[in-house]
Amino acid sequence: MKRVRGRRRGVVGRALADPTTVVGAAVVLLVVAVAVFAAWVSPYGANQMNFSATLQGPSWQHWFGTDELGRDMLSRVIYGARASLGVGIGSALLAGLLGVSVGLIAGLTGGRTDTVLMRVMDVFFAFPAILLALTLVIVLGTDLRNIVIALGVIYMPQFARVARAATLAVREEQFVEAATAIGNRGTRVALRHVLPNILSPITVQLTVTVAYAMLAEAGLSFVGLGIQPPEPSWGAMLNSGKTYLEQYPHLTIFPGGCIMLAVFGFNFLGDGLRDLIDPRLRRGR
Amino acid sequence: MSYVLRRLLLTLPVLLGITVAVFLIMKLIPGDAMMARLGTDATPELIQQFRDQHGLDRPVLVQLGEWLVKVATLDFGVSMVTGRSVLETIGQRLPATLELTFAATLLALLLGVPLGILAVLWRGRGTDFLARVASILGLSVPNFWLALLLILWFALKLRWLPATGYASLLLDPIQHLRHVALPALTLAVGMAAVIARYVRSSLLDVLRLDYVRTATGKGLGPTAVLLRHALRNALLPVTTVVGIQIGALIGGTVIIEDVFAWPGMGRYALQAIYERDYPVIQTIVVVVAAFYVLINLLVDLAYAWLDPKIRFE
Repeated sequence: MKRVRGRRRGVVGRALADPTTVVGAAVVLLVVAVAVFAAWVSPYGANQMNFSATLQGPSWQHWFGTDELGRDMLSRVIYGARASLGVGIGSALLAGLLGVSVGLIAGLTGGRTDTVLMRVMDVFFAFPAILLALTLVIVLGTDLRNIVIALGVIYMPQFARVARAATLAVREEQFVEAATAIGNRGTRVALRHVLPNILSPITVQLTVTVAYAMLAEAGLSFVGLGIQPPEPSWGAMLNSGKTYLEQYPHLTIFPGGCIMLAVFGFNFLGDGLRDLIDPRLRRGR
Repeated sequence: MSYVLRRLLLTLPVLLGITVAVFLIMKLIPGDAMMARLGTDATPELIQQFRDQHGLDRPVLVQLGEWLVKVATLDFGVSMVTGRSVLETIGQRLPATLELTFAATLLALLLGVPLGILAVLWRGRGTDFLARVASILGLSVPNFWLALLLILWFALKLRWLPATGYASLLLDPIQHLRHVALPALTLAVGMAAVIARYVRSSLLDVLRLDYVRTATGKGLGPTAVLLRHALRNALLPVTTVVGIQIGALIGGTVIIEDVFAWPGMGRYALQAIYERDYPVIQTIVVVVAAFYVLINLLVDLAYAWLDPKIRFE
């Protein structure tokens, strides 16, 4: 375990010196803080209507303007971060849990189990994410839990591949052989000895999966099959804003800009972390 | 066993897996949800007729067997809404999707390859960071939002291009180009970002090789070395990425086709999803996934043809 801690400390030090990781982490922290403290930072309630101030452009009272029901767009965008982040993080964690389990089993067992499990993952890969997400959501039903389940299943194979590849590399190390030799059971070897040493690539995969899942959730909500109104969600806000695209473009520009910023933060952080963890890639830059 | 044969044989279980997976997903639909189409005043006879028609009373394994036979004989049934053959409708819609995919790929290559090359030519700390920001922004922009922004600017404000619709490539090529421009650009941005990243990293890898050093040693300038010697080898791995992207695009156009009212397979899929037209949905999912697998197969075979090292490994 000493090896893991030493390497981790090194990664944190290098992360703080790397502009990509720092910029990515700053954006992610901003989005998380806004979502967590939405009640404190939003100037109005997310569903607070004001029929005397409908469809107003950006002003000092309403920085992002108001929508067709006179709701403050800034407040809705701030509260919308909760749904987007919730789905993003929830489905990335579910995908990680499922995929890493598959990857660990495939990598440690090898042989036919490995082949069968990875071919099943190949099948999942063949489905385009958004089409599979739409299908699963209409099959399961369009509530928040089902969206998380659908996206979790869709992004599972990437984790399985990453975890399997990392497991194969670690499996041959002496400390794993020693742990097996002294009679530890497979599960214990996997969880206590292999898992802590493959966490780095999994962390990178988690970060970028949050980004993918946030984009997918926005897409589902944009076509009306994700988070349902009046619950504020960036995708659903874009969907209702597109009706007023020409006259009131602020209804489209702000929610979409927020999706892009949040997704950019997670992608950028993931990209920076990947370079820090994989020195081969770093040399390539 | 030859590489080609081995690669072909590997494709079969994946295609079978796709078909089984789609069947299992569709089995998750509660029977009541399917029968909801019949309305609240459906007679018991009508309900039984529906159950017989869709084989809902038979054991699951029998249903799976029937489904596999249907897929193998390309008998995908009829739409629950229009009553028309699903495969026939897909056949009519697919060309529009392929046209859009082709245009988007072409645009993505025209944008992505030069960007990747420029990022290498101008490499340095600042430019590297900018190239990275640009490519990750390209990957992070929600394409349906970009679609709305492009419509707002080029169609509604400047009135240069039509916001929505389609014109036949054969009957009116100019109008076709005007209509395909915005949806293709929308889809090309993310793809160009991926291509640019791969071109850049692949070029950087090739530039470290001995033969490039020899070319530099002969006295060639950096641009000549890059364009005349390094680029050809560097583009080889990029073909794989482009292939995978094309495969993903065929199913990834769903929302964009809807935004631009593009009469392709994606829009048909979304309509079917809204109408809960299950036979159409399951067929489109199978067709799209099969396309993805076949395009990957073609890319691998093309790669083996281009790079003899793989064939003889």
